Amino acid sequence: MDRSIRRLGVFLMGLFCVLFVQLNYIQVFRAEDLNTKPGNSRPVDVAFSRPRGTVSTADGVIVSRSVPSNDRQKFQREFPEGELYAAISGYFNYSFGATGIEGAFNDELSGRTAKQQVRSIGDLFTSKDNTGNIKLTVRSDVQAAAKAALGDQKGSVVVLDPQTGGVLALWSWPSFDPNKLSVHDYDQASQAKAFYEAAPGKPLLAKAYREIYAPGSTFKVVTGATGVESGKVTVNEPSYPVLTSLDVPQTSRNLSNFDGESCGGTLFQILAVSCNSSFGQMGLDLGGPTMVKGAEAFGFNQTPPFDLAAARSTFPVVDWKQNQPVLAQAGIGQGQVAASPLQMALVAAGIANDGVVLEPHVVDEIRDGDNELISKDDPTQWKRAVSPQTADIMRQAMRQVVATGTATRLQIDGLDVGAKTGTAQFGPSSPLQSHAWVIAWAGPAGQKPTVAVAVLVDGQPGNSEQTGGRVAAPIARAVIEAAMKPLPAPPAATTTTTASTTTVPAGGN
Amino acid sequence: MTAVGAVRRPSAGPSVLGQSRRRAELGLIVMAVAITGALYTLAGLGKTASVPANIGPFLAVIAVLFLTAHLAVRRLAPMADGILLPVAALLNGIGYVFIARLKPSLAPNQATWTGVGIIAFVVTLAVVRRTRDLERYRYTFLLGGLGLLVLPLVPGLGLSINGARIWAHLGPISFQPGEFAKIALALFFASYLVEKRELLSMATWPKFRPVLPDLKHLGPVLLAWGVAVLVMTAETDLGSSLLLFGLFMAMLWVATGRVGYPVGGTALFGVAAYGAWTQFGHVQDRVTNWLNPWADPLGRGNQVVQAWYALAWGGVAGTGIGLGRPDRIPVVENDFIFAAIGEELGLLGATGLLMAYLIFVGSGLRVATQAEHAFDKLLAAGLTALMGLQSFVIIAGVIRVLPLTGVVLPFISYGGSATVANYVLLALLLRISAETTAKRSTKATAGAAA
Repeated sequence: MDRSIRRLGVFLMGLFCVLFVQLNYIQVFRAEDLNTKPGNSRPVDVAFSRPRGTVSTADGVIVSRSVPSNDRQKFQREFPEGELYAAISGYFNYSFGATGIEGAFNDELSGRTAKQQVRSIGDLFTSKDNTGNIKLTVRSDVQAAAKAALGDQKGSVVVLDPQTGGVLALWSWPSFDPNKLSVHDYDQASQAKAFYEAAPGKPLLAKAYREIYAPGSTFKVVTGATGVESGKVTVNEPSYPVLTSLDVPQTSRNLSNFDGESCGGTLFQILAVSCNSSFGQMGLDLGGPTMVKGAEAFGFNQTPPFDLAAARSTFPVVDWKQNQPVLAQAGIGQGQVAASPLQMALVAAGIANDGVVLEPHVVDEIRDGDNELISKDDPTQWKRAVSPQTADIMRQAMRQVVATGTATRLQIDGLDVGAKTGTAQFGPSSPLQSHAWVIAWAGPAGQKPTVAVAVLVDGQPGNSEQTGGRVAAPIARAVIEAAMKPLPAPPAATTTTTASTTTVPAGGN
Repeated sequence: MTAVGAVRRPSAGPSVLGQSRRRAELGLIVMAVAITGALYTLAGLGKTASVPANIGPFLAVIAVLFLTAHLAVRRLAPMADGILLPVAALLNGIGYVFIARLKPSLAPNQATWTGVGIIAFVVTLAVVRRTRDLERYRYTFLLGGLGLLVLPLVPGLGLSINGARIWAHLGPISFQPGEFAKIALALFFASYLVEKRELLSMATWPKFRPVLPDLKHLGPVLLAWGVAVLVMTAETDLGSSLLLFGLFMAMLWVATGRVGYPVGGTALFGVAAYGAWTQFGHVQDRVTNWLNPWADPLGRGNQVVQAWYALAWGGVAGTGIGLGRPDRIPVVENDFIFAAIGEELGLLGATGLLMAYLIFVGSGLRVATQAEHAFDKLLAAGLTALMGLQSFVIIAGVIRVLPLTGVVLPFISYGGSATVANYVLLALLLRISAETTAKRSTKATAGAAA
């Protein structure tokens, strides 16, 4: 009997070994996989019951922070500046998830990246604050200027530092108040969500980088740069014939100039007055493949490596022999070309930065609660759009637009400014509506440009080439002037005060 | 041999062995109380970031409970094994801390039941002075065990909770008679198999029927088992059915030394299980959820899926007690308490728990091998197998090694009947151990004197 008792013991031990193996399988080998499985609410639960780091602007204004709350979730996320940074920060809601920085940098904010978890074995035994604090590249003064300048017009403003790729301001109107979507009360939050979803102008959508529009004449910078880069266009050659409209092959519809004006000439002349017939011809002359390559060199047909989920801007890729009208339209940024305001700012930035487009980003650096650096965004090249020589020629061309062309409103004392306006018709032909655009770069005279801007004002009545210069250029001017001022001093410790006392110039709506 | 044991009392006072066992037991119980107190404090810190206000009274109460049990062993079974009680105390302590942490409203009940369990432990030790006296009541245990099993089916007494009809109402208390039935049936099997084991293990099996001995010897056992399984099926309590079957097979194996019994029996059980699978919807559900819980992760697969999430979330070191989210697992304080422990104490804590059960099983089987009488051997092996199998079946169900069957994790899960029954089981094991050691030391003394 003793022998079978011992065998019974061995058998039972075998059974427990099976349990031990399975435990290892679940708790070690499958752990990562299970923890990230959709439907596993634990990461969400944890995220919502932990402190999160703060998000602040380059000059120290709090964009979002967690304050203790006495309900189930323990911490309430609050956004002291309300709608001002909504397109960047996003919202943070238990039921709807998180968007913007709150979503994309959830792990960093809550301290759950591997780097924040354990940096040394000693960290296991001390209570470190490993939540991540995010410093944005965004400047509160430029952001406020963008909001004030756009006012209650629908549209977007993107301001970049062309030498780093850092976003200095990013604003879209209509916007939303992330506080209303981040309240813990489900009914309140879902009411707010339903309200914003029903409201016109997609307030919840960060249109500055998540919506694409016909770029209109601002795209002529890309067409022109592609022409110069290909060698087929120089400062003096060719000189396009003066026409009122271009006879496009394969269609009876001609490509007309604005208001039936006649125009033509060399690169600088045709860019200054934004001559449709000449740029349509340039597109046809360069040919489809060259135009595709040129547009893609600036980032079209790719998702920008932005740290928030950005939309892909598109340039048509079709059988060009059959589609000459598409090519002519594409040359002037119409038809099947569509770009986000961020992408058009990147075009300006590429020209400003000697042909190199850097990876755009809003996050400058992340530090943990003990102020140790977790990560820092270094300038990284995304695209070599054009050669430095081509970029220099295009800068001269864009200076002409400011000096004598459609963007004279961007002449600023002491600054070297280049720009291109645009007016892109959209929707039904009656009533006529258009997007007013301007892209620009600026810097102190004699220095490399330090600011690149794209402004889009949505749904302007009529369709005149003057619209971009009249409506969008003053907004670009306001943000350029703001960006030229030195970085404001950080506000005095505001972390313990309430939202209303943080120091930011009041917005203008 | 029996005459020596019966006539000669152990030389005055407990032997040296008994003394050292009791000292070890006391030391281990103090450790178990200390660990429980530490866990309780950590749970308080984890949940509310403060040391529990009642930590003093809490420590006093558990110390008094387990020291009472220890003193009872000193008084009533001084030579008994010194490891089983501390392991039970540790498991019970961990279980209480987790119940208090998961469902604070259930903690007072569980404390009361632990107290009742200790009383039952003392009473069992006091009443059962010689396990072999129980041998005589084998048919009483058979009838009693079957009666207990049938009790929940009696109209007016029975009660169906969570789909299983395993509860009985007697006046103000409701309990699960099945927990006690297992012990009664183990007693019956032991006494019956002791008598028949020679026949059952005879080498003179007919040549062409090498697997089964003569049915007339096996008949009553098969009948008892069949009735038990039938009742279980009627009560839809798969876990207890499996357990009872496992107990029967283990004891048959130990009694006869023939591995053919468990192997053949398992095959038979497999056929029965397949039959149940084809016949009963709830069995099919269990199997489907076992094979692929992700098919319905929010519905029927929810418990197992959440248990996996909990374990994975705990990882190697665990979240720390009070810091996990085991409340995500439905009815976690009962069958799934192991997942909560795995989440908050991690792989390390869960493995520790497995080790504790293995130590209990190892000690129990050592009691069995050392016992002198076949009945004691069989009973000790059976009761130990019951503990080992029960903890295996429920943990295996939680971590998806087996389909989930609702049995409680011994000494840990919330539940009064199981706690009390487990203390009775522990007392029986200690009684067998005490008898054996007493007899051995008497023999040794006699030998030395001669």
